[in-house]
Amino acid sequence: MLLVEAIILSVLAASTPLLLAATGELVTERAGVLNLGVEGMMIVGAACGFAGAWMSGSIIIGALCGIVAGMLMSVIFAFMTLGLAVNQVATGLALTILGIGLSGLIGARFVGERITTAPKLAIRGLTDIPLVGRILFGEDAFVYLSLALIVAVWWFLYRTRAGLVLRACGDNHVSAHALGYPVLRIRLLAVLFGGGCAGLAGAYLPLAYTPFFIPGMTAGRGWIALALVVFASWRPGRLVIGAYLFGAVTILQLHAQGAGVGIPSQFMSALPYLATVIVLVLLSRARTGGSTAPAALGTVFVPDR
Amino acid sequence: MLDPAPATPQTSHPLLQTVGLTKRYGDFLANDSIDIEIFPREIHALLGENGAGKSTLVKTIYGLVQPSAGELRWQGAPIKLSGPAEARSLGIGMVFQHFSLFDNLTVAENVALGLDGKEPFKAISARLADVARDYGLPLDPSREVWQLSVGERQRIEIVRALMQNPKFLILDEPTAVLTPQEADQLFVVLERLKAEGRAILYISHKLDEVKRLCDTATILRGGKKVATCNPKRETAASLARMMVGTEIKEVKPPAERRTTVPRLVVNDLNLAPSELHGISLRNISFELKGGEILGIAGVAGNGQDELFAALSGERLVKEPGTIIIDGLACGHLSITQRRKMGAAFVPEERLGHGTAPRMRLSENALLTGHAAGDMVRHGFINAAATLRTVDLTTETFDVRKAKRDPEAASLSGGNLQKFVVGREILRGPAVLVVNQPTWGVDAGAAAIIRQALIDLASAGAAVLVTSQDLDELIEIADRIAVMFHGHLSEALPRADATREKLGLLMGGATLEKEAAHAIGA
Repeated sequence: MLLVEAIILSVLAASTPLLLAATGELVTERAGVLNLGVEGMMIVGAACGFAGAWMSGSIIIGALCGIVAGMLMSVIFAFMTLGLAVNQVATGLALTILGIGLSGLIGARFVGERITTAPKLAIRGLTDIPLVGRILFGEDAFVYLSLALIVAVWWFLYRTRAGLVLRACGDNHVSAHALGYPVLRIRLLAVLFGGGCAGLAGAYLPLAYTPFFIPGMTAGRGWIALALVVFASWRPGRLVIGAYLFGAVTILQLHAQGAGVGIPSQFMSALPYLATVIVLVLLSRARTGGSTAPAALGTVFVPDR
Repeated sequence: MLDPAPATPQTSHPLLQTVGLTKRYGDFLANDSIDIEIFPREIHALLGENGAGKSTLVKTIYGLVQPSAGELRWQGAPIKLSGPAEARSLGIGMVFQHFSLFDNLTVAENVALGLDGKEPFKAISARLADVARDYGLPLDPSREVWQLSVGERQRIEIVRALMQNPKFLILDEPTAVLTPQEADQLFVVLERLKAEGRAILYISHKLDEVKRLCDTATILRGGKKVATCNPKRETAASLARMMVGTEIKEVKPPAERRTTVPRLVVNDLNLAPSELHGISLRNISFELKGGEILGIAGVAGNGQDELFAALSGERLVKEPGTIIIDGLACGHLSITQRRKMGAAFVPEERLGHGTAPRMRLSENALLTGHAAGDMVRHGFINAAATLRTVDLTTETFDVRKAKRDPEAASLSGGNLQKFVVGREILRGPAVLVVNQPTWGVDAGAAAIIRQALIDLASAGAAVLVTSQDLDELIEIADRIAVMFHGHLSEALPRADATREKLGLLMGGATLEKEAAHAIGA
């Protein structure tokens, strides 16, 4: 039973950066912007997060550095795609390449350094409950934060007027503009939120997952987060399920290898993407007429004044 | 509930006034010092051809566009609008031509987005149902827009505008997408709004509608105001003359045409939609003889695009015999193969579908002309031949352009449409399938295009015209069928095809049930 507990704990830890990054991207895409630079924003967040924490000795400051770094990266994206109306796909890909280079530059000085990772919650009595205690009450703050964030996003999107306006921008930016909503400003805020979440997700890796920074440590998690948003068909509830499912796949892959199961690890790493493709096929087959994706996703908007 | 606007007696004070209103885009004057006065309890028509500056003017009044010079006055006081929200707070409402709706949101959410302020969502839903019932515009607040018909979508726009209790309502071509019966229902609502003391600015191309409904008409041409008049004292012809600036050529009625053998036959065509929100074609059958023009009427989005795709070969059907051109089964053949058989196709979207916008006219001529003729030799383009086609089309169809061979996108809508239709007609097709031949085209160009279609049929070709403009079909077609929800009705001979009958078919009635329907209505 201890093995099961250990596996669940590691799944939660592996899923949290996916959930954080995907939450941000979900909001961005709901506003109609496709930012493919999640991987780039994450890796810069990881480098800056570690740098901040190492220099200040504070995990919180490290996390804030990660958020700010992710946001700054997204400002570049916003300037290009919203300000200059450049193609979003090309800009997003460029952002990822830039991020990988930039994080290597920033992080070079910190390779080989160690910090103390974020502490796990410990509540006397509750955390000691056998089996479920450590899973429910023994996580680090990021895990709880990521769950609180997705609940808040759900509430925002479906229960507030601002959320309705944001969804409207993603559905039809021409109409939203005609009704007098500042489409570009709303999208800028959504992109910034996405950048902050990606930065935090990246910072989670050296601050809570492992106690050190290595270049390229996001290892494709940004891409999985992007796939996850599609997998969840842009719904917050499904995003949580998807994040833990994808997290579980990555962990099972490690355990399967350890146990000598004869499935190539490459196949296991491809599973999240395979699952996304299957979901896309199922969605298009089950479609009754409504669009699951935000209808204006990935299209540039230039208001006429 | 909606409280009626105060019933002020007709005074000499205009509710809204534009004084020397000017909007400049670069060198182009979209509006050139326009003065309009709109009074309460008035339906004021705004007339003009495409590009006359109507849309720019109403966008300025609604705060979407900032004027370059001149001013707006609201109840006598000068105002500067920072955006539509401010216009709405003054009491200016707008119903857009191209619906400003969100397909994947519900009716109530769409309405909420058009309202300002802190009204809770539940209250909006309740008030929406009240206003809708009060004005006889039934709507289900919880349905998503993509499920609704065009008429219902427009109802959302109108109810949304009414829920702001506007003193002044702008309607941009509201009847363009409605059946005649739906339009009549709309006029009842407009008359009621007028009686409640509101002012209405009504943009339309349909002059008989304007004569029937409007108290005043302002006519724009080339960005300038040409005249303000009482449309009831004008004739449709005199209004049209003011809009265009010259007399419009009458389309010669089709002289006796002899019909020959069937050249386009469609047998039980069924096709699933290829797109989101698409329509399935169901059991479509018709026969079109040489020398004949068959008109297909119907509200947009009832399968016309899908039918065009199937006929042109943009989408293939499994059973070759479903579509027969000049006796040869071709349901499985590509668009190029069908062109080689003598068919020609003009799609609805002239920019992007009919032509590649950033390519020159000669290149665009090649894109449909390569199948037959001398434009391609041994796999190489014969540039001289493509240019000849451009010159010939220009001459025959009076295409006006700045240089000999400009990019397609640089032509105005009417001139590009003349080029696109002319390009196909000059190939001397046996069968011409054309979708919305005069959509968004000025009256002069429309007359030329209609005449060309009639002449082509007189020369023995079979012509299939799909149009939303009933007057156009009644003018040129020998028989008219109606598309509704992917079904095609029996074709009525022109003599039988009254606006009323066609309107019922467009609304989904079948002619057997016509009597019952008339009683119900």
